[in-house]
Order: sequence, then structure tokens, then C-alpha cells
Amino acid sequence: MAKLNSKIPEGPLSRKWSNYKAEQRLVNPANKRKIDVIVVGTGLAGASASASLAEMGFNVKTFCYQDSPRRAHSIAAQGGINAAKNYQNDGDSVYRLFYDTIKGGDYRAREANVYRLAEVSGLIIDQCVAQGVPFAREYGGLLDNRSFGGAQVSRTFYARGQTGQQLLLGAYSALMRQVNKGTVKLFSRHEMLNLVVVDGKARGIIARDMVTGKIERHFGHAVVIATGGYGNAFFLSTNAMGSNGSAAWQVYKKGAFFSNPAYVQIHPTCIPVHGDFQSKLTLMSESLRNDGRIWVPKKKEDAEAIRAGKLKPTQIAEEDRDYYLERRYPAFGNLVPRDVASRAAKERCDAGYGVGSGLAVYLDFADAINRLGRKVVEERYGNLFQMYEKIVDDNPYETPMMIYPAIHYTMGGIWVDYELMTTIPGLYAIGEANFSDHGANRLGASALMQGLADGYFVLPYTIQNYLADDILTPRMTTNEKEFVDAEEEVTSRIDRMMQINGKLSVDHFHKKFGLQLWDLVGMARTKESLEKALVSFKEMRKAFWTDIKIPGSKDEFNPELEKAARVADFIEIGELMARDALMREESCGGHFREEHQTEEGEAQRNDEKYMFVSAWEYKGESQEPELHKEELIYENIKVAQRNYKK
Amino acid sequence: MDLTLKIWRQANATAKGKFETYTVKNISPDSSFLEMLDILNQQLIEDNIATPVCFDHDCREGICGMCGLYINGRAHGPDKGVTTCQLHMRKFKDGDTIVIEPWRAKPFPIIKDLVVDRTAFDKIIAAGGYVSVNTGGIPDANAIPISKKDADTAMDAAACIGCGACVASCKNASAMLFVAAKVSQFAHLPQGKVEAKERVKNMVSKMDEVGFGNCTNTGACEAECPKEISILHIAKLNREFFAAKIC
Ligand SMILES: Cc1cc2nc3c(=O)[nH]c(=O)nc-3n(C[C@H](O)[C@H](O)[C@H](O)COP(=O)(O)OP(=O)(O)OC[C@H]3O[C@@H](n4cnc5c(N)ncnc54)[C@H](O)[C@@H]3O)c2cc1C
Ligand code: FES
Repeated sequence: MAKLNSKIPEGPLSRKWSNYKAEQRLVNPANKRKIDVIVVGTGLAGASASASLAEMGFNVKTFCYQDSPRRAHSIAAQGGINAAKNYQNDGDSVYRLFYDTIKGGDYRAREANVYRLAEVSGLIIDQCVAQGVPFAREYGGLLDNRSFGGAQVSRTFYARGQTGQQLLLGAYSALMRQVNKGTVKLFSRHEMLNLVVVDGKARGIIARDMVTGKIERHFGHAVVIATGGYGNAFFLSTNAMGSNGSAAWQVYKKGAFFSNPAYVQIHPTCIPVHGDFQSKLTLMSESLRNDGRIWVPKKKEDAEAIRAGKLKPTQIAEEDRDYYLERRYPAFGNLVPRDVASRAAKERCDAGYGVGSGLAVYLDFADAINRLGRKVVEERYGNLFQMYEKIVDDNPYETPMMIYPAIHYTMGGIWVDYELMTTIPGLYAIGEANFSDHGANRLGASALMQGLADGYFVLPYTIQNYLADDILTPRMTTNEKEFVDAEEEVTSRIDRMMQINGKLSVDHFHKKFGLQLWDLVGMARTKESLEKALVSFKEMRKAFWTDIKIPGSKDEFNPELEKAARVADFIEIGELMARDALMREESCGGHFREEHQTEEGEAQRNDEKYMFVSAWEYKGESQEPELHKEELIYENIKVAQRNYKK
Repeated sequence: MDLTLKIWRQANATAKGKFETYTVKNISPDSSFLEMLDILNQQLIEDNIATPVCFDHDCREGICGMCGLYINGRAHGPDKGVTTCQLHMRKFKDGDTIVIEPWRAKPFPIIKDLVVDRTAFDKIIAAGGYVSVNTGGIPDANAIPISKKDADTAMDAAACIGCGACVASCKNASAMLFVAAKVSQFAHLPQGKVEAKERVKNMVSKMDEVGFGNCTNTGACEAECPKEISILHIAKLNREFFAAKIC
């Protein structure tokens, strides 16, 4: 355990960040010009970090796999971004946002990081408004807010149903401004395939030009991983098709510890699965739970009749409906945190009350339309309703939506200290790619906040504390042995993959694996299912490396090759997820072990034994990874059983 | 549904392309257009027919702007106000023949099959599509009230996803709607007013430089825009541009 030093600054919680900034080392402007920083990823985290670092004077090289940095998956976030502005005068404060986030995360996040997040949250909104992000406003011209799950205040800022898009376009334009100035060099359609470590420090990456297939070496004094989450391991998720865990996995194999892989978030309001040809799941924003009411029929025979197409939801009388969230959690009602809402939906469906295919519940706007009028509902959720109608071919103004939980976000990720540095010096991880801030469950509208906090307001400071030692380190040529070796690892893996020439397509495999991961390491886990997963994923890994077929060549634009490399990593990530979930003999947040629940079916933590962050160290292909623990110490918050009932 | 697909195949930027014909069977009307292509590709791979058809896509929810196919002569196909990834097979009939092409416009060279290079759009944004503020040192977000109407109009324009359907459906391959969306967003907001003239001049001259054509007001861009961005924003762009030129 000696290996993990979270570097939390001294002092009272509310002074830690200012103390840190007052004492940290800085790099002067003349020296910044001599320093190169590689940023992999152009989502909210990567784009904001790239732009801010370049504005400060560093030379930045920024990578993304899409054709333009503007298409990173942050673009898809709908609902909003939290900030403790207290513009609504409803009692919000930095402390309350901090408290809600720790509690929402089921007491499995680091206090100091979360407090800092809450502290800088207000600056993010200022920054975005200054960039021209068109947030929703009230008639008086001031910013409007809405509520999200797990909070009793309205602190969520939004831009229609396209908040992520607007925030990302803000960060993207700041990034492009720097590209124009020559301070950022942009490598789009480039995929990172390996990390280069020289004398124990991160010094560069190996990337593939996805258009030509050329393998390139890039040097940086420091490397920042901002590549998002690994939720696509499940195949079906709300992530983009290209979202992947590969960069995180590559750095894990080079010595960065991987934390809490078992903590994945299952979002309660997604459009249900409708066929085996399906390629992804679509989220219906959590903001819908502000006005929509969730229910299933009270009587099993009604649910059966609905499933058989003999009854319509609108024919079920009010008293025959079970608004199960309002019933079970009167204080928070439909706005309970995501993990709670998801499990409650699963519980009802497993008990035989599901609608649609049986794996769906209703999200009903009839009351809201009566209360507010159709026009207001349309203004608030119009684009979401339209999206739903396009996909499902049903009109949610007239009949309730059907929803079911789906994989959405990964709280787990690369372990980082207070400075967002991994266990490899000079290697940083920001945004969804790291494990920090959300504990075992993330609250809605907090990922955008974290990505932008990391990129605009945290990393640009903390990275200087490290780079201050590097001002005399000259740029390396990439002919050094470490670069050559790292490239060789990449090319030999690609060659091996291309030569398999089996019978099955990558998608075929990914679907099969994803389904198993969902069944065995999904919403409810048991010792038995996890042990089974460990065996099965090993076999699957073997099968992958013998059965898969990648057409075309490696020296051309070849999406099948890209996918294959990602899926190979997903299978290994799945194994670590299962291992972590098996180790954690408790239920907390998004991690639900059926053996550990209260009589009422709520998650039961075991604080005595498991109040720690797991951090796994890679030990080589044939050995089991080693578990390290970062004990969590709560000095400012009284740890309690989460209660959303009163 | 059973369908015949005529798809543009082109090995790389310089190769000569041509249409190839494929068939797919038993497609569910509930599947999306791209899921139908996934099924085709799986079949091409596993039955050893050909290399899979390359097309761009990522979010598959109509927001990243990565997908873009020219389907039966229309950008993003027959449905209104949707991207290719949101197009569903229920918009087609059993037995249909569907012609699928890439965006065709000089500033968007073909990379492979249906994939084109749209970095010209990034270049236009780099030329001025921003408010020049650095991180930090900014006023409180509520310091400048903005009328709801202006904020809403700015948001209408800002909804552009940069897919390039406007260019692909314009006979002149003009990027006016794309540029107008950005210029008009800022023109409706107080932020960045001081640099408004420079912005519009720089963006328009970059648009010309990277090879987009002129706007002749045919309105095809608005008709095919998956986000239904109005050509009124082009009028706004023109006003901004002339005002910038005069003084
Ligand atoms: C549908 C949806 C809705 C959401 N809604 C909300 C919301 O309302 N509020 C909220 O707070 N959060 C929301 N979230 C979560 C939030 O959007 C994400 O957690 C967050 O945007 C992640 O940002 P990021 O910068 O870490 O990564 P991403 O935006 O995922 O960006 C990853 C970047 O890394 C690049 N990349 C990945 N791998 C490689 C590689 N190997 N080589 C090179 N580049 C690579 C990609 O090109 C991309 O640029 C939502 C998520 C989804 C999926
Ligand atoms: S794939 Fe993102 S808009 Fe179609």
C-alpha cells in the first residue's frame, strides 16, 4: 500500500485547493514554450485541457479518433451540468454539492477531490457563458436551472436537450482558436495504441493514422489521457460506437493502476432493447424525471394483457398503477439517484410487472401535460420526445414512453492522485477516463462538470507542479529504444490479429461477449455469476484470438481492424471488472451484489471492510493482477446509509 | 424486408470508384439504416463476399455529425429532420432498391467508399468561430443578462452538428449554412461582439479559400439540414458580412 500516495494537501477541506495553488511550483512563460504535452482525447476533458494548456504557452499535441475533435462523445450529453451557483436561492452551496456528490457516490469517493470539484463548478459556468454557450435563460435574461436526481436543489444548467453539444462546441472552439495560433497540433483520425515510458516517466505515445494505417511515434514531456469510459465493453450501451477503453488499458499494462473497474452506471431511462440487430441504446435524458412519472401496472394480469397487446397503458385506471419510486422513496420520488431507480425497475420487471417485451416500464407525461399544458412540455422536452418517436414510432404526448435501464457511464477508471497524475510519473488521466470524484455512483449532470473542471481548472495547474522539474529536459527524438520497442509491440499485435483469419466478424464476437458481461457482471451480481465470468471470459479471449476475421489490410482505412483491437481489450477489461466485483463483498452504488442487500432490497455497504478504492496493478499476461487499497477517510462528512425515503 | 443496395465503392482517395450491387434479406423495419448496413457488412465478411463497406458514424443518436450518406439522391435519405443514423428502415418498402453514395463535393475528398474528409469545416472554425477568451479571469455568468429570445435564436443556430449535408445537397457545394450557423449564433449574443467583424470576414474568406462554392439561394441546404437550421441565418450572415466590409 505504500505505493499509493494520494497527495491530498494539508489543511482544512475548504482551504486545501487554495493552499495547494499557493504552494505549487509553476513553469515560467519562456520555459513553457520548450515543453510538449500530449493530450489524447477531445471530449470535454481533453478539449478544455488542450485549449487551456496551449493558452498558457505549452506546445500541445491533441489526438482523437473521429474526423474532427468536435465529435467526441461528450457531444451526446443531453440533460445538463451541475454547479453550486445558488442562483435559485434554494439553499445550494459548495458544501451541499460536495455532500450530495459524496452521498450519491455511496461514500466511495475521495473527499478532497470532490470538494475541489464543487469549488470550481461555478467557474465552469462563467467560462462557458464567456465563450458564448447558449444556456437556457429565463425571461429576465438570467440563467435557468432544473433539478437532477440525487439533489433537492435546482443546480443544473442546460442548453435545451443538447447541453453536452453546446459545452463541447465551446471547448472545441477554444481548441480550434489555439490550432489557428499554432500552439495546438491536431491529430484527428489518429488512435493511440501504446504509451512510451522512458526512465519510469511517460514520454510519448504510439498512434496509428487511421486513414493510411501508418504507425507513428510522438514525444511529449507529459501525456494526458482523456479518452472517456469503457462502457462499450457491454456492446449495447449509450456510448458512441467508437468509445473504448483501450488507451486506459494500454497505460494499465504499462504500470498505471486501474481503480474500481466494477463501478459502472446503469442509467434508468433508456429506450428498451427491441431486436438482436440493435447496435446501441439511446438515452432519454434524466431531466425527463423532473416531470415524468414512472409506473408499472399494479396487477400482474394487467401487465400480462399489456404485453400481449390486449390492453393499452392509457386504459389502466389510476388506482391500478404502481408509481413504485414514489411509493418506495417518498422524499425523492422519481428523482432518486440512478442506481436506485435502475434497480427498482429491474425488480418490478423481474417480478413480472414489466411492459413492452417485459423488460420495460412506463415514463408517463400525462400529469405534466395536464398541469403545464402541452406547449410547456414541448418546450422542455420537445427534442427528446421527437427522438423517441423517431426510434420507437410511438407518440409520447399521447401514450407513455417505455424505458429500461442501460449501461451508460463508468465510474471506475485509471487511478489518479489529487493532482490527477496516475501511478506513472508524467502520465495524467482526466474526465471519465479516471476514477475520481463519483465514487460508486455518479449523479446526473456531474460528468460534464467533472470533465470541464479537470480540463479547464485543475490539470492546467497541477501539471505544472510536475513539469517545473522538466524545463531542462530537451525534446527527445523518437529514435530512442523505448519508442522503437513500444512501436514494435503495436505492430506485432496488429500483425498477429490480421493473421488469425478465422470465420467470425468482430461485431459477432463483441455482441456475444457484451451479452455475457451484462448477464454476469451487470445490474445484479453474485459470487457465482462472477466466478463463472472469470472462467468464461478467459475462454472467450482465447476464442477471439483464433476465430476472428479481419478483412482488408493494416495499411489502409480499416474500421474492422480498429474495432478488433478495442474488443480484444474489452474482453480483458471485463475480466478485471469481474475480479473487482468478486473482491468487493458488499453492495454500493452501481455495484450490487445480491448477497448483500437489506430486507427492503436496498444496497448494503460494508464500511468496515470495504471503505477503500481498489487499485489494480498489472503483473503480466500470465499472472493475476495485484490489489492495492486506498483507504477512504471521511473527516468532514458523517458516513451514513443512503436514505432517499425521507 | 428484402432490399437491393447499390453502393459506391472506392478503394482510396485516388482510386476510381463504381457502384456495386448487394442484397440483404429479412431486415426489420425497426432497425436503423446503419444497422441495416451493419448486417450487410457482417454478411460480406462472414460469407467472404467482399471487404465491408466503410462509412463514418459514431454517436448513432443524431448529434455528433459523423454519419452522412447520400441516399436515393438525398442527403441523409428520405426522412425529414434526421441524420442517417436516425433514419429507420420503416421509411422504405420491401423490395426497394436503395442507392447509397458519399457526400460529393470538392472540398470533401473521398477517403474510402462512403467516407469523406471534412477537415475543411474545422479550418473554417479555426479561422474565427469562437469568442477569444482564455480560461479564467472572466465575469460571473449572470453578469450579462441576455434576453430569452436572443438566447433561443442563438441556440437554434448553434444546433448545427457540422455533418456537411448542406454542402452535399447544394449544387454549388456552398458552406454558407454551416458558416451562417456559427456567425449567427454569436451575432445574437453580446459575447464576442468586439471581434464580430473580424470573425465574419475571416470565416468567409477561409470558406472561399478551402474551395466551397457561392450561395445562390436555392435553399436545398435548409431543406436537407437534419437539424432544420433556417436559411434566415444566412441572411443574418450576409448582413454581418456587409456591415463588416463597409467599415
Ligand atoms: C448519451 C449520454 C448522455 C449523457 N448526458 C450527460 C449529462 O446530461 N450530464 C452529464 O454530466 N453527463 C452526461 N453524460 C456523461 C458525459 O457525457 C461523459 O461522461 C463525458 O462527456 C465524458 O467526457 P470525456 O471528455 O471524459 O470523454 P469523451 O467525450 O468520451 O471523449 C473521449 C475522447 O477520446 C478520444 N479517444 C478515445 N480513445 C482514443 C484513442 N485510443 N486514441 C485517440 N483518441 C481516443 C475520442 O476521440 C474522444 O475525443 C452522458 C453520457 C452519454 C453517453
Ligand atoms: S452517428 Fe452521430 S450523428 Fe449520426
